[in-house]
Amino acid sequence: MHIIEDGNSAAALGVKLCRANVIAAYPITPQTPLTERLSEYVESGEMKAEYIPVESEHSALAVCIAASSAGARVFTATSANGLLYMHEQVQWASGARLPIVMCVVNRAVGAPWNVWNDQQDSISQRDTGWIQIYCADHQQIIDTVIKAYWLAEKVSIPIMVCYDGYILSHTYMPFDLPDQEKVDAFLPPFQPEYALNPDEPANLNTVTLPDVRLDVQGELAHGYMEIRYLLQEELRTTLKTAAEAEKRFAGIFGRGGDPYIEPYRCDDADYVAVGLGSITYQLRVCVDALRKESIKVGVMGIRYYRPFPDEAIANALKGKKGVIVFEKAISYGYEGALMSDLKSALYEHLAGTGSLPPVQNFIAGIGGREIRTDDLTQALRAAIKSRVSKEPTWIGLKL
Amino acid sequence: MGTRNYRRKTSHSEHGPGDGGRTGSWRVERPVLDQNLCIPCKRNKEACFICWLFCPEIVISRTIPPRFDLEYCKGCGICAEECPTKAITMADEAKFSEDEKDKE
Amino acid sequence: MQAKTNILSLPTQEFVHPGTRACTGCGLSIAYRVGLKALGKDTILVVPPSCLTVLQGLFPIASTKLPCLNVTFASTAAAATGILATLKTQGKEHITVAAWAGDGGTSDIGLQALSGAAERGDNFIYFCYDNEGYMNTGAQRSGTTPIGAVTANTPFKGKQQQKKDVPAIMAAHKLSYVAACSAAYPLDLYDKIKSCVNLPGTKYFHIHIPCPPGWGYDPRYGIKIGRLAVETGYYDLYEIVNGEFKLTAASEKLVEKRKLIPVREYFRSQSRFKILTDAQIADIQNQIDAKWANYYKKDE
Repeated sequence: MHIIEDGNSAAALGVKLCRANVIAAYPITPQTPLTERLSEYVESGEMKAEYIPVESEHSALAVCIAASSAGARVFTATSANGLLYMHEQVQWASGARLPIVMCVVNRAVGAPWNVWNDQQDSISQRDTGWIQIYCADHQQIIDTVIKAYWLAEKVSIPIMVCYDGYILSHTYMPFDLPDQEKVDAFLPPFQPEYALNPDEPANLNTVTLPDVRLDVQGELAHGYMEIRYLLQEELRTTLKTAAEAEKRFAGIFGRGGDPYIEPYRCDDADYVAVGLGSITYQLRVCVDALRKESIKVGVMGIRYYRPFPDEAIANALKGKKGVIVFEKAISYGYEGALMSDLKSALYEHLAGTGSLPPVQNFIAGIGGREIRTDDLTQALRAAIKSRVSKEPTWIGLKL
Repeated sequence: MGTRNYRRKTSHSEHGPGDGGRTGSWRVERPVLDQNLCIPCKRNKEACFICWLFCPEIVISRTIPPRFDLEYCKGCGICAEECPTKAITMADEAKFSEDEKDKE
Repeated sequence: MQAKTNILSLPTQEFVHPGTRACTGCGLSIAYRVGLKALGKDTILVVPPSCLTVLQGLFPIASTKLPCLNVTFASTAAAATGILATLKTQGKEHITVAAWAGDGGTSDIGLQALSGAAERGDNFIYFCYDNEGYMNTGAQRSGTTPIGAVTANTPFKGKQQQKKDVPAIMAAHKLSYVAACSAAYPLDLYDKIKSCVNLPGTKYFHIHIPCPPGWGYDPRYGIKIGRLAVETGYYDLYEIVNGEFKLTAASEKLVEKRKLIPVREYFRSQSRFKILTDAQIADIQNQIDAKWANYYKKDE
């Protein structure tokens, strides 16, 4: 059934369809309407869940970690400084291997205060061991929430579903609202490997030594390093499981595509623009304009940022004459985070093959600075013409 | 032979004694019971058991006579201090360790 | 009012194994052991970084026979809330959720989450075991370190500030139950836990815990020192049931006895108070006397 709703509502509807039964909520712009909508579902009885209005974001994720450890399917959402406040818990959740799904409605981070969209918040969490998926429109938001629960529970790794604050969260778009029965078919009830209970007592996540050690049954148990390695190992194999999720979803809902990337006019393109989230749809307008000038350019959205689909990206960009990365974040002190990761993937797979494209980096929309489509087109045209700069170029800067 | 096949992926502990190893090795003195002064011993029925109550290590049995698990007793001396009849005294561990070594 | 428990009627089932990494003569070991006897098998514990983390053991061996979730320092009460929420969805509300946090994890870093949970009326029992410092990390001062105490980071001047009155803070949340207990009076602790388990909302316990390395005394005197704290009228055993304050056990008896041991004896028993001057001790004695004059008055 097609409906017209805003991005936050799309996310909330996804959570409702997935039958999350413990929700922690703390307000922060621009995520707030998402959890408000969930409170409406819970209070009206449409959703059977414990809704906990926590007193901070750190506690929001604490509630989720604990509730998940006891066997509930959980949800929370946040943005910017809320995400930063819960950073300690973000690290904890992945180390504890909990299938938490959290929406991050991307917003700029302080200092100074800024409530508008960029992606610095979630990008700054890329090393935490969470799976990160970026959505470019509302259909992707609701679909990704549903896929995320299946994937998270399959691999026991928490997932951030990221989408641009205001640009997606507060705008209205038509999208298909999946049927509850289909979602139930896609996503069975959560069956944790272990849930805290007195009949099978266990002590979870206590101090873990640098080295291995015999357990009470006389078996050699992991040290901290092994536990952390297993997280990394499973994150890398998650790339395969993500493809499985996509296939399964397509089988039931009749839509889907490449799990990792969303290419537009890339097949015959000489140059490809790359980005995360809604900016890639804006870049399609630029691509169409430049194509009219006979410039063979395409744009590729990257959906999974972590685990990084290095092979898929390298295959898609092999032999291109140039790659231009547009980002709404930067790894301060060097360059865009996506830029570095992408270059690294290209180097790893294509160095010495003669098909390694040069890459350029543009930073746009920091703190919600308006991204004018014309400016994007100019930047693309300039980058295609010649190397604009070794350093990232900031679009729309008014110094 | 590593931990690849270990049954858990996370830090998941099951319960058992001696996480701290043989904590009896910590002590410098050990409790000694004089059954002639011990109330439950004298009465030959359940009584007192203050030593059992206050032992931080749970190494004193609630029996007649109370027995000390020297594998884990850290020698804190609380039992000796709290015993209302001074039936428990703390004796130098070094002397016992020597004797036990001789017996091995 | 149910009959008071005595040693012989205390359940004999143990929920902790021997051979933990707790210090020799650890006061927490005593309170924790009896506390778990009161809570029973159908309990899930929440523990932040603290002495109890160490007592409970390092992966993969746990000393406690109950399920337990280790959590980050500031999130103890929030985690308890989370477990509770899941139990509600599973229809397993007969399982008690019990948080055990140190004084640092309660009065300092954990206070926000605890206040939030209390305000929400989340139905778990929160135990603050108060050894009056961050003892696990080497005895640094915390919000509940008493004035004048030498600690690892108040090494020469002693703590300059008053002990934070956390039970009073928690009582201000209008909880159904707030209790002040001591490891030296385990039966009082046991009875209080039993009495409040079915009361609604968050129940708060503050347990005074003598700590040999942190307080500076020969471990064998731990219980004696815990008793001195109470018998000098310095630390009181009480409960606040639906807002009504009542002294209990030895503190209650002191109201009848009308005779407090001079607090100097308590301070003399521990090296952490070695820098307290006579004037400071006299000042504290006056405060204690005033407090107790009030108690005597209410009793009349």
